[in-house]
Amino acid sequence: MLRNVLGHSVEMLWHKEPSLGAADAVVVPGGFSYGDYLRTGAIARFSPVMEAVQRFAAEGGLVLGICNGFQILCEAGLLPGALIRNRSLQFRCEHIFLKTATTESPFTSRIPPDKLLRLPIAHGEGCYFADPETLARLKTNNQVLWRYVNAQGEATEAANPNGALDNIAGICSEGRNVAGLMPHPERASESILGSADGRLIFESMIQTLTSRQTATAG
Amino acid sequence: MKAKIVVMPKKAVLDPQGKTVQNALAHMGFSGIGAVHVGKYLEIELAGTDKDAARQQIDAACHKILSNPVIEDYRFEIE
Repeated sequence: MLRNVLGHSVEMLWHKEPSLGAADAVVVPGGFSYGDYLRTGAIARFSPVMEAVQRFAAEGGLVLGICNGFQILCEAGLLPGALIRNRSLQFRCEHIFLKTATTESPFTSRIPPDKLLRLPIAHGEGCYFADPETLARLKTNNQVLWRYVNAQGEATEAANPNGALDNIAGICSEGRNVAGLMPHPERASESILGSADGRLIFESMIQTLTSRQTATAG
Repeated sequence: MKAKIVVMPKKAVLDPQGKTVQNALAHMGFSGIGAVHVGKYLEIELAGTDKDAARQQIDAACHKILSNPVIEDYRFEIE
């Protein structure tokens, strides 16, 4: 999608790759790595490429984890909390609405504040959990990026597809350069797919990177 | 030697699996069923005879990968 829809150069990295090359940003996609054995993301988090991702993140590089990628980033300690089994125990595959909680992040800067994003979800373990202290810290630092809401933009229990704490669908790190979300923005990037709202997340990242490069060049 | 490890969801963590099993048991007519918690049990075969060293290693493995300290507790014994 980054390559074909947005026209950016993309390099797919095998999980045994020890280096990221000259990447400007990293996207950790979804996909039931290692069959979700033991716990979702638990084994993938020790893939050689993840050491490079850890270093990249520590240096301030932008890292976005989608679905299983979000689970991996939590397991890796790059994001706080964990994703557990959906409260309903059912795999949920449907379109949901997201409300952006803050536009102050490299992942949300281009999203109009009042716009609801219509994105698909497809997961069995997307229930965000964190202990009360962590949750309080997330709120104080404005680290919650997206919440599940209904079509009216209200974060109700019925609009919460998996039982996530406080309807949390996505968060960012304290340094704001690492983010993860359970919904799939890449599957909602062209209107023929029913929604192009997901593009706004990638366009936010691209805008951030472009302004960083301009700042460095200037 | 052998390590026997039990990993359980923390009390504060929602356990929909346990709840579902609990309801099923009640529906099947088993009486007096209270809260059910579903966890994992692992057995790991170990070389050597030094139990203390094995204990240290298994503890590290439990902390690092076999459990997620955010959502799970673990306990184990070495035989």
